[in-house]
Amino acid sequence: MNFWLLLIIKVALVLGVMLPGALVIIFGELKISAHMQSRIGPYFAGGRFGWAQPLADGLKFMQKEDLVPAAADDKVYKLAPYVVLMGTLAMFVVIPFGPDMVARDLDLGIFYLLAVASLSTLGVLMAGWSSANKYSLIGGLRAAAQLIAYELPLVLAVIGVAIQAGSLSLNDIVTAQSEWTWFGLEATWINGFISPYMILQSVGLVIFLVASLAELSRIPFDMPIAESELTMGYLTEYSGLRFTMFFLGEYVGMVSMAAVAATLFLGGYWFPFVGDDALNFLGPVILLSKVMLIAFVFIWLRWTFPRLREDQLQTIAWKWLIPAGLANIVLTGFFKVVF
Amino acid sequence: MANRDLTTRRRLPAFPFKGLLKGLWLTLKTLFTRPVTVNYPVEKETPVPRARGVIALDPEACTVCMLCARECPDWCIYIEGHKEEQPPAKEGGRVRTRATLDRFDIDYALCMYCGICVEVCPFDALFWSPDYEYSEFGISEMLHDKERLTYWLSTVPDPPALESK
Repeated sequence: MNFWLLLIIKVALVLGVMLPGALVIIFGELKISAHMQSRIGPYFAGGRFGWAQPLADGLKFMQKEDLVPAAADDKVYKLAPYVVLMGTLAMFVVIPFGPDMVARDLDLGIFYLLAVASLSTLGVLMAGWSSANKYSLIGGLRAAAQLIAYELPLVLAVIGVAIQAGSLSLNDIVTAQSEWTWFGLEATWINGFISPYMILQSVGLVIFLVASLAELSRIPFDMPIAESELTMGYLTEYSGLRFTMFFLGEYVGMVSMAAVAATLFLGGYWFPFVGDDALNFLGPVILLSKVMLIAFVFIWLRWTFPRLREDQLQTIAWKWLIPAGLANIVLTGFFKVVF
Repeated sequence: MANRDLTTRRRLPAFPFKGLLKGLWLTLKTLFTRPVTVNYPVEKETPVPRARGVIALDPEACTVCMLCARECPDWCIYIEGHKEEQPPAKEGGRVRTRATLDRFDIDYALCMYCGICVEVCPFDALFWSPDYEYSEFGISEMLHDKERLTYWLSTVPDPPALESK
């Protein structure tokens, strides 16, 4: 098939799945947060259960005037939201939705993933710097400090998985998870009840989830936004369509981070007792349900815990997560070599 | 024991992350319980009988004594009246005068629902009604005139029965 045609189809598919996915998560966040606080949440938009509330919110944001502060660095200011959104969307290039359903199965899949994930950090920093606002600047700097601190545990957690699977390609990692082996020791009696990496790499999973919360700057790691101190952090000056892009970027980021976590730790598109042929059809559904599960955990954590202090944030990253990640690598490597 | 060394020594919890897990359990539990809020325009809460919703006026009982207007901390009650001469009850008797109520307005934009007017009224002309749905688009609409206040009288619940001895 024509390369360009294929490209357009792939882009359309990724956008067609991810943007509604983000909307579903936004709606889920509204509803779940409401019920966690003993409220009802959106009720009227769209007729039943307020299902159209995210769409209504988006339309409202789009009607607002697109303001650019007089002292702002025009080009950077206008580009920043798209950098954030692109950084999160580009992660889906390597995420496999089925055995053959991957936009491009790179050999260095994880490497690409982590590189692209930190691209959105750049967008946040751009927004904070170019807004010509003290709140924005401090928010941007905090974001930079936080994302650098948490990039490390994120990578370390992933390395454990890469060592155990013996590959950097996401497709190979999913395949490796479907074969239940304790580092080469066959354990077929329990084969396929649960993704093995959920248990064997559980330390990595926890580190990855905490670090990805921080990467997404979600509560309890939302110091870059911290309404009570910084108004809205790097988002302070944004309005209209650009704010919508940031907003969407946050939730698409949630989808993509959850998809990565699901692929690396929960088995991705793989599900026990589902054959390879069926996986090509059911794969996306399985992956998306795992994504939604992790997104629920993200939302759950957000509405349970208060915001951390800046020094506590750094303490968790440098004193706990990074040593734990290193220990995880050492242990994984040890078992990989011994068995 | 309780106060000792709380500032200097940090004790490790018996079970790590116990507090965090407790919090998570609480939110998860709340997620599956019935919300305490009511979806207002669709469902309505029934106010308790003694709720301070709106003040109702019984114009027949009012004697224009102005006590309520004078006691009102917000000065939100406006009363006007005049004296009417009444024919003597018996032949050759004295002409009596009777106070007649011309205007009795309560400005609910000012009222703070303290209920002093209801308490101070010596002739039981004012009552609390639990009705609360009288919001308006304009602030001047919040001034309820005599007719409107008299209408509220129909929403006043019957007084509770006397306690038996």
